Amino acid sequence: MDKAQMLLSLAVAMFAIGMVGVIIRRNVLVMLMCMELMLNGVNLSLVTFAHQSGTTVGAVLVFLIFVVATAEIAIAIPIVLMLVRRKHTLDPDVYTDLKG
Amino acid sequence: MNEFLGNLETPLLYIFAFCALVGSILVVALRQPMRVAMALISTMIFLGGVYGLLGVHFIAAFQVLIYVGAVMVFMVYVIMLLDPRDPALKGRFSPLVVPGIVGGVVLLLALVHAVNGLLGSGTSTPARFGLKEFSVSFLNEYWLHFELTSVLLLAAVVAALAVIKGATRRDRG
Repeated sequence: MDKAQMLLSLAVAMFAIGMVGVIIRRNVLVMLMCMELMLNGVNLSLVTFAHQSGTTVGAVLVFLIFVVATAEIAIAIPIVLMLVRRKHTLDPDVYTDLKG
Repeated sequence: MNEFLGNLETPLLYIFAFCALVGSILVVALRQPMRVAMALISTMIFLGGVYGLLGVHFIAAFQVLIYVGAVMVFMVYVIMLLDPRDPALKGRFSPLVVPGIVGGVVLLLALVHAVNGLLGSGTSTPARFGLKEFSVSFLNEYWLHFELTSVLLLAAVVAALAVIKGATRRDRG
């Protein structure tokens, strides 16, 4: 298998594994970490494409994704902490306030 | 010696990629959040190794600095703050485990099918670019995105403060 093709398959596999993790795990923090895994898969595919094409646009996008991921975590962690303080659990099945 | 190191690059790339895949499977499979975090950290470090071997060293450095150094350290702190007797830690999987895995496999097949023909066989010698080319194009062509990023970070800081402040006010009242 070609090197780039192997890396692209790894990126796709990481994205799919991350999505499976978001769906099947019942711990909000682990779900967040699986989302990070999906972002990492996307980053790997962007770096592979940038490396193959020799242009910098993919690397710039990866750089911006780093910042967005950091901002996302900076918001998500306080929200998780507040949810845990109110419900005393990390189980997302308990967070049903919006159900009406 | 240089020839030996040059030959070592491809096997190392495959080893790092395999380790990253194993780490990402462990992220989904392990039970304790701290072990999940450690698996994710090792996955990110192996990905940093892959980036380094591909020649994009600055992204490898930022992967380790930002993801492992900032995001995951933050995550580990929060895991240590939480109660280990939480019932959510006992049951590992939600009832959606079978449809979730089926959906994931379908997504994987669809993505593999979509990606398969994307890289033609004509990609023989990929051109390498360094930090200089990246910086020049980053600050020349993408300066607006760079500035917007600072606005995003400011909004994130303000939002985090608002979330925490609102919650403490509700606790008092």
